[in-house]
Amino acid sequence: MSTPFYVSPQQAMADRAEYARKGIARGRSLVVLQYADGIVFVGENPSRALHKFSEIYDRIGFAAAGKYNEYENLRIGGVRYADLRGYTYDRDDVTARGLANVYAQTLGTIFSSAAEKPYEVELVVAEVGATADGDQIYRLPHDGSIVDEHGSVAVGGSSEQISTYLDQRHRDGMSLAEALKLAVQALSRDTNGGEREIPAERLEVAVLDRTRPQQRKFKRIVGRQLARLLEADGAASTPTDAPSDTEEPDGGETATDTSADTAKPDAEPSGDDKE
Amino acid sequence: MEANTRSTGRLPAAFLTPGSSSFMDFLSHHSPDMLPGKRSLPPLQGAIEAPHGTTIVAVTFPGGVVLAGDRRATMGNMIAQRDIEKVFPADEYSAVGIAGTAGLAVEMVKLFQLELEHFEKVEGAQLSLEGKANRLSTMIRSNLAMAMQGLAVVPLFAGWDVDRERGRIFSYDVTGGRSEELGYASTGSGSIFARGAMKKLYHEELTEQQATTLVIQALYDAADDDSATGGPDVARRIYPIVTVITEDGFRRLTDDESSEIARAILERRLSQPDGPRAALL
Repeated sequence: MSTPFYVSPQQAMADRAEYARKGIARGRSLVVLQYADGIVFVGENPSRALHKFSEIYDRIGFAAAGKYNEYENLRIGGVRYADLRGYTYDRDDVTARGLANVYAQTLGTIFSSAAEKPYEVELVVAEVGATADGDQIYRLPHDGSIVDEHGSVAVGGSSEQISTYLDQRHRDGMSLAEALKLAVQALSRDTNGGEREIPAERLEVAVLDRTRPQQRKFKRIVGRQLARLLEADGAASTPTDAPSDTEEPDGGETATDTSADTAKPDAEPSGDDKE
Repeated sequence: MEANTRSTGRLPAAFLTPGSSSFMDFLSHHSPDMLPGKRSLPPLQGAIEAPHGTTIVAVTFPGGVVLAGDRRATMGNMIAQRDIEKVFPADEYSAVGIAGTAGLAVEMVKLFQLELEHFEKVEGAQLSLEGKANRLSTMIRSNLAMAMQGLAVVPLFAGWDVDRERGRIFSYDVTGGRSEELGYASTGSGSIFARGAMKKLYHEELTEQQATTLVIQALYDAADDDSATGGPDVARRIYPIVTVITEDGFRRLTDDESSEIARAILERRLSQPDGPRAALL
């Protein structure tokens, strides 16, 4: 019987991390942004039924890139965790921080256990607060580390590029239409710097909207509402239909450039998992 | 595996095991003691004294359904609470009103709401109205042991059926037996009197406004003859809870809206104590 080759722990972990990262990179990236009334999730997803974003609890949303069956499993685990906690204590006692911790522990244990294959997923757990200051966004890479994000975050294959792009252009207090368009612009940039078109029907968009009267703040944006938001820029000169969520996206265009520096302090320190 | 999962803070295996979309199923595997019906009671002699909620009424109208309840809870012949709430939204398109042991009823509603929400989140789609009604049936059945000791919970379930596009009402007995009611229904100790009132006032072409007035008339009549049902309390500004479920979803009438209807009814009853009259023939 031959003795197995010695593999140093560093090498073993690096191999596992590379395996997970490659798996995640196969899928498409997605972004999560803060806007004036909450948090918006935007991703490219050709499927109508298999979602990348979903509701975990009243004010908590979930986004994931990577392997579907693995993050679906984690999502359902999270829903069970949140519902059980809310049932045991109170609805207010379910927090994104608590959930992110449980996910981090779960991913971390799987990542470092030799018996299991590492999960090829990267998660975002976001909670909308009563004001923008109360918003919380946590990014959870495959290895169970946890990064507290602010403003904007991208996960998935080309997340590094996308988040650099977002960091430069995202500012606090954007309208939903502005944030959505910025997100689409960021997602449509190719790895080689080119741009491609993402049609509205391939977009999956959801929001955690703090102004929603219901207790449950999560809402998917589909169909006509999505089209209207994406076109809000062109319709700026004709303020005939003025629903509350499409507000002067034009003033923002210039403001985006000028506020690039003001947005900088918000740019979060990059996570240690990045190469 | 299960044993060492807790020390790491990792989600226990039960959370990540693929299974049903039911929260109750999950709870019965993971921590069965938290289910209201699974508690073991010591052997008891006679009934336990606990606050009871009384009359719930429901009426359908073209375009929706109205579910309403009085505000009184009694313990024996004492009024335990004057402003109890017995009508709750179950989800966006349905509501449940509960007569019976208040403590258990509120807990059951909480679990029922969670059951529907959990399913919706896991599956990404709502249960059918029929499915919701059946789920409630199961919950009542699991409470049968306690019902036999006087801790019965008897709900009335109403909702907008998105597929059939009409409002529907389901009534239950303590064993979980479920039956769909046409037009109007009531449950609780004042239900006999409320049903009599509704029988005379109901017709198929009610407007939403008429339907909300009808349920308050019926609750007034129930309170008139049943001591366990409370009438509109003008002095304390406590009025019945009236909810309307239509295509647009669940809506609870504001206190101003329900007080306006209740006051108009009281005004009329000053000259006509028995309320509106039906034609003799």
